[in-house]
Amino acid sequence: MTLCALLASAAAAAQDAPPQSNLPDMGKPPAVPSAPQVKPQYVVVLDAAHGDGDVGAQFSDKMLEKDLTLGLSVRLRQALASHDIQVVTTRDADVAVPMVTRAETANHAMAAACIALHATATGSGVHLFTSSLEPTASTKFLPWQSAQSAYVTQSLRLSSEISTALGHAAVPVTLGRTSLVPMDSFACPAVAVEIAPLVGGNTTKALPLTDVGYQDKIIDALTAALTQWKNDWRQQP
Amino acid sequence: MIPRFQRFLFGAMLLAVVVMAVVLIRMRERAHDRLMMAVNTQPLTAPSSAPTERITLLVANDLDGSLIPVERSFPMPKDTNARARVLMQKLLEEYAAPKSTHPIANASGVDEVFLMPVPQLKGLMAVVNLNAAFVQAQPSGIEPETLTLLSMIATLHANLPQITEVRFLVNGQQKDTLAGHADLTRVYLTSDTQTAVKQ
Repeated sequence: MTLCALLASAAAAAQDAPPQSNLPDMGKPPAVPSAPQVKPQYVVVLDAAHGDGDVGAQFSDKMLEKDLTLGLSVRLRQALASHDIQVVTTRDADVAVPMVTRAETANHAMAAACIALHATATGSGVHLFTSSLEPTASTKFLPWQSAQSAYVTQSLRLSSEISTALGHAAVPVTLGRTSLVPMDSFACPAVAVEIAPLVGGNTTKALPLTDVGYQDKIIDALTAALTQWKNDWRQQP
Repeated sequence: MIPRFQRFLFGAMLLAVVVMAVVLIRMRERAHDRLMMAVNTQPLTAPSSAPTERITLLVANDLDGSLIPVERSFPMPKDTNARARVLMQKLLEEYAAPKSTHPIANASGVDEVFLMPVPQLKGLMAVVNLNAAFVQAQPSGIEPETLTLLSMIATLHANLPQITEVRFLVNGQQKDTLAGHADLTRVYLTSDTQTAVKQ
C-alpha cells in the first residue's frame, strides 16, 4: 500500500469510530446555556446648553437661553423615555457644567446620538449644526479637541434625519456647519439643535420661542427622528 | 514791616506760579492736539483720493443661514492691511444699516486687521482684532455668531485671495467664544465658508 492509501484508510477509520474521551461518563451532558446575544444599547445624550452664570442668549428680562434649553431637555427626555429610549442628560438643574464634563458624560455613555440644545432670537425655525471638522477615519484613540471628526459622516446623516422629521412637522430648517465647544469633543453622532422663533410667511404663522405648541411640535419631530435613528444608526459605514 | 528782600521773593514766586500755569496749560493743549492727530491718522475711512474699486461683501442672511455676495464701489487704499480693515468696516456698516439681514448695532467693531505670512500654505493669515463693544452688540446664538465670523472670513478671502487663514481676537486678547457659542480659540480656514455662500 502506498503512503497515501494508508493515510486515507486511517482517516476513514477515525471518522467511523465513536469519539473517545478521557473524561468520566456523566450520562447526558448538561445543556450549555447559549451566550446571551449582546445588543449595543441605544442611548441618546441630551446636552442642555449653558447654566447658572452662563445664561446664554437673553431673550427678555425673565427669559434666558439656559432656562429654555433645560426645559426642552426635560420634556424631550420624557418623550424619548416613553418610546423606551435610554437618555443621559448633561444637566438636570440650573447649574454650571464645564464643557469638558459635558463631553465626558457624552463619551462615557457611548451614545448613538448626542443632541446639544440651544436657542436664539434670530433667524426662523430650527437651525441644525454639525461640526465643521473634516471627517477622519475612526481610530482607537481620538484627539480630545477633534474627537467628533471621526463621527462627522454619521452626524451629517443624523442631521438629515432630524431635518426630514422637522420638515414633516412644517418647521423650517437651516442646515449649517460650525465649530462648537464641546460638540467637537463628542465621540458620537452629534447635532446642535438651535431653536429660533418662527417668522411668519405666506403659509406660516409667526410664533415666539415661548409658544408651547411650537415647542411640542419640535419635541415630537426630534422624538420621531431619534426613534427612526434607532433603526438606522448601526447601519452606518 | 516786611523786609525788602521778602517782598522781592514773594513777587518772584508769584511770577513763577503764573508762568508755570501758562506753560502747563499750553503743554496740555499740545498733548491733546497730539492725541487728536494720532486718532485722525488711523485709516478709519478710505482716503477719498484713492481710486474707486468694486469690492464684494459676503453679507450674512439670518433667515436662511447663507452668505449673499453684494457688490459695492469704494475708494480703496493700496496697502493690504488697510484694505483688509476697510473691507471689515464696510461689511459691519451693512450690518448696522436699517433692515439689515443680519443686524449688529455696531459699525466700528474691528480695531485692526494684521496680515502675516503662512509659509506652509503660501498664503496669509489675517488676525482680526475685534473690540469689546462689538462683541457686546453681537446677538447670541450659534447661527448669528457663526454667520458673523464666516461673512468676515469670506469677505476677506473674496477680495484678498491670498488670505487663507483667519484668527479672531477681542481687544488684543484671545477669547473663548464670540458671544457664548462660536469658537474663537481656533484658526479658521477660508475654505470653511464655501458651503455657506449662496451662488
